[in-house]
Amino acid sequence: MGFFSRKRSATSAKERLQLVLVHDRTDLTPGQLDELKDDLLKAISKYIEIDPEAVRIELEKDGREQRLVADIPLKHMPRHRAG
Amino acid sequence: MTAKVITVTSGKGGVGKTTAVANLATALAMDGKRVVCIDGDIGLRNLDVVMGLENRIVYDLVDVIEGRCKLKQAMIRDKHLPDLYLIPAAQTRDKNAVSPSDMVRICNDLRPDTDFVIVDSPAGIERGFRNAIAAADSVLVVTNPEVSAVRDADRVVGLLEAEEKGPPSLIINRLNPNLVKNNDMLSAEDVLDLLGIRLIGIVPEDENVIIGSNRGAPTVGDAKSRAGQAFRNIAKRLQGEEVPFMDLAPQSGLWNAIQRFAGRK
Ligand SMILES: Nc1ncnc2c1ncn2[C@@H]1O[C@H](COP(=O)(O)OP(=O)(O)OP(=O)(O)O)[C@@H](O)[C@H]1O
Ligand SMILES: [Mg+2]
Repeated sequence: MGFFSRKRSATSAKERLQLVLVHDRTDLTPGQLDELKDDLLKAISKYIEIDPEAVRIELEKDGREQRLVADIPLKHMPRHRAG
Repeated sequence: MTAKVITVTSGKGGVGKTTAVANLATALAMDGKRVVCIDGDIGLRNLDVVMGLENRIVYDLVDVIEGRCKLKQAMIRDKHLPDLYLIPAAQTRDKNAVSPSDMVRICNDLRPDTDFVIVDSPAGIERGFRNAIAAADSVLVVTNPEVSAVRDADRVVGLLEAEEKGPPSLIINRLNPNLVKNNDMLSAEDVLDLLGIRLIGIVPEDENVIIGSNRGAPTVGDAKSRAGQAFRNIAKRLQGEEVPFMDLAPQSGLWNAIQRFAGRK
């Protein structure tokens, strides 16, 4: 990466544009998206136990449509109900 | 006849809007259509020089709006094509001299005896842009395969959607096949994928465009120019014809050398 990156410039152009357009279209800065993620995680943690490290929440683009996609693996929990 | 009003816009400046308007209008007129182009870039008039009509201007768009002349008097006839006209922008007045409803009124006056009205938009997303799209039945967004141009094009597409003018069609201008081949320029597919709108044409980088504007003779008149061919194809598509996209694969060094030898480059 960096100085010795062998990625050609068109590839970085496309990747950078993909990110920029997603944020431009939703009018959300990367910072606001992080806040949104934190709030979402807090809300979910009230009900179920999750591993914040494994959570993936991203803005994705499909044609000219935007969606917020969340992949939230639930923590494996030993059953503690008596039975 | 009832004209179709087509606006050419881009967000970012200098990507080729005026070039596209001059070439598409000329190509449509070469196909026998009655065409009027309107320079909507008030204060930065350019379409007149690109079309080689700068010496014939008497009245301009603002003169029509402010009632100093009749619409017909501000329509400058092309030097070669009898059914091609230009309504030039005012050079000295401020942009506020024109409003969206003025544009709608003028275009409506032109509709009955015209096939195509083509409006050249200024760069940006301010008043001049709003004026230029006000009367549009369809919009062409011009971009270059380059980050800032694509980003601005996306903004404009969003604004057109919000104004319920969309969906626009895309012209990718100044594509350099050699750079694309080396993966040092966004390909047409990349740009389309990013913007998510319909493609109407890809125009290669071509020195003939600059030569044409030096002479005041749009490139479509030059049968050998690649950019000219691309614009002629777009003009056909605007008339509803299905024309396959040009093969823009880089020509081999040998082929280039032969062409140069034959004096064609
Ligand atoms: N396909 C092309 N190949 C080579 N040069 C080109 C091509 N298209 C446009 N140009 C050149 O790029 C420059 C800018 O073009 P043009 O004036 O049409 O852009 P514009 O979008 O109208 O600019 P503005 O936003 O200032 O109105 C001109 O010098 C023109 O000759
Ligand atoms: Mg221009």
